[in-house]
Amino acid sequence: MKYRTSLFELCLALMGTLVVLFIVAPLAGMLFATSATELKGAALDKQLTDSIRLTLGAGLVATAACSLGGIPLAYLLARKNFRGKALLLGVIDLPIIIPHSAAGVALLTLVGRRSFLSVIPGWQGLVGTFGGIAAAMAFVSVPYLVSSARLGFESVPVRLEKVARTLGASPTRVFFTISLPLAWRSILSGMILMWARGISEFGAVVVIAYYPMTAPVLVFERLNDYGLAQARSAAVLLILISVAILAVLRFLGRRPEHEENRRA
Amino acid sequence: MLELRSVAKRIGAFEIHEVSLRIPEGEYFVLLGPSGVGKTVLIELIAGIAKPDSGSIIWRGRDVTNDPPETRRFAVVYQDCALFPHMTVEKNLAYGLRRRPGEQAHRLEELALRYGIAHLLHRRPEGLSRGEQQRVAIARAVVGEPELLLLDEPFASLDPNSRMRFRTEIKRIRSDPAGGNEQRKLTILHVTHDLEEAMSLGDRVGMMLDGTIRQCGSPQELFRKPSSREVADFLGMRNVFAVTYVREGVCKAGGLEIYAAEAVEPVSHVWIRPEEIVLSTNRFESSARNQFWGRVIDWDYSGPLIAVRVACSGLILSALITHASFEQLRLESGSEVCVTFKSSSVHTF
Repeated sequence: MKYRTSLFELCLALMGTLVVLFIVAPLAGMLFATSATELKGAALDKQLTDSIRLTLGAGLVATAACSLGGIPLAYLLARKNFRGKALLLGVIDLPIIIPHSAAGVALLTLVGRRSFLSVIPGWQGLVGTFGGIAAAMAFVSVPYLVSSARLGFESVPVRLEKVARTLGASPTRVFFTISLPLAWRSILSGMILMWARGISEFGAVVVIAYYPMTAPVLVFERLNDYGLAQARSAAVLLILISVAILAVLRFLGRRPEHEENRRA
Repeated sequence: MLELRSVAKRIGAFEIHEVSLRIPEGEYFVLLGPSGVGKTVLIELIAGIAKPDSGSIIWRGRDVTNDPPETRRFAVVYQDCALFPHMTVEKNLAYGLRRRPGEQAHRLEELALRYGIAHLLHRRPEGLSRGEQQRVAIARAVVGEPELLLLDEPFASLDPNSRMRFRTEIKRIRSDPAGGNEQRKLTILHVTHDLEEAMSLGDRVGMMLDGTIRQCGSPQELFRKPSSREVADFLGMRNVFAVTYVREGVCKAGGLEIYAAEAVEPVSHVWIRPEEIVLSTNRFESSARNQFWGRVIDWDYSGPLIAVRVACSGLILSALITHASFEQLRLESGSEVCVTFKSSSVHTF
């Protein structure tokens, strides 16, 4: 079928294009300005590759740890109504609106050497450790996981869970055989989002741990100490690796097989 | 026996007040009522999915009010089937079987054959027709050999043809639901707004209006003696009139004195069976006590019979007559007709 594009739609497309260009242009500029030799050099730079590995690993640990508590929390938020639920939802989203350096400072009161956790014998604090980095990443990125998982659970018709109960399934079995599998795509995409957000974190991480150096911190340091060219090759390598991993994860989580869920 | 004792539940603006009900084992009980009177809520209360605010639910002499649904063995079939979309038909069926995995494969196959869904076992629910989904939903409900089957508008989203077929089928299923040659009939509580469905399936029918059960009885009893005007209206009964008592055997509606064999004080309504009203162009000798002149208003071809509306001194009577007599009478709008019915065709309540 042929239809004419209206002038209005043309205007929309034109204005939208500006936004897309604004995103693409800097990335493309950086990519083209970096030669293959520079990139190869970056790939062989042990300090850089170590920091990338550290970044990805800390993000993964943060995501996995938060999933343990975040998925049950999301289920409760999707299924139960209680006094103060709106407030709780707001609290969970707080890390998104707090400036991330401020979030890092706030987190210091928990993971610092003299925090109230120092009642634990042998507590040294998590400042400057892998655990501290993971904690900083988790703090700023866990809202993405919880809200995505909550929406996933909400889209599972309650009626399916009710029927499962009448068929003899306990609430636990219903959760693992009905709710979780049906919400899985949203949960997975929440985990990917959280991980992606975590590894890109600079502000909170740099407050908790300048060393060991995560990749975003390293890019910042290279820019300060060696200038643009050095920082650029590190940045390009970091971006390429992140994008590649995200693309693979998105592809794996794609299978759109139960999208037709009817709401009950 | 399933027994509800003054079960009440309030959800927002909507309320079930003090429903009491007894359903003997093996009975097919239909709860009939318009949409939005709380039929689904009642089903969920019985299934244990929701808890009543007050009252108790007794099954086989045991109070199950606080038992979780998974221990009750009351299966539910919803209108939308609620099949698990991420599982094949086979896995859906097996969901209710988990406790006895040994006989699983064998029983599933047998059940699938019984319900005509054997060819669908490896498909997912999304690709099935409404009728097929309904079969799977019913099969899944009975596979675990429930003690009570709760049907919530199970046929409402089927087309009229399949609805008729399913009615016949559910009667068959009922005496031997899982193919185990059970002696006892399955106890069924079926909720519907469809009058025909209720009348054709129910051993007994309960009329639910405004969050409460107004009347229970066999379909015949309900038609014979509706407890109130609202019940009569929902049953679609024509010729229900408010009357005043004159003397034994006689009451007055509009300008008519109607002979009613049953009329004794107190009487508030009469119902004249429309199929027992005779229309004629001349007054004729008859043992029927009620004979009036009236004018034809209009008529309506409602299936095999024609419903003719006649105005008789302020009342509008409906008479159901055959196509043959309709042609013979040569009725026209405004033509005079004689209306005759026996005093035994007039029921009072």
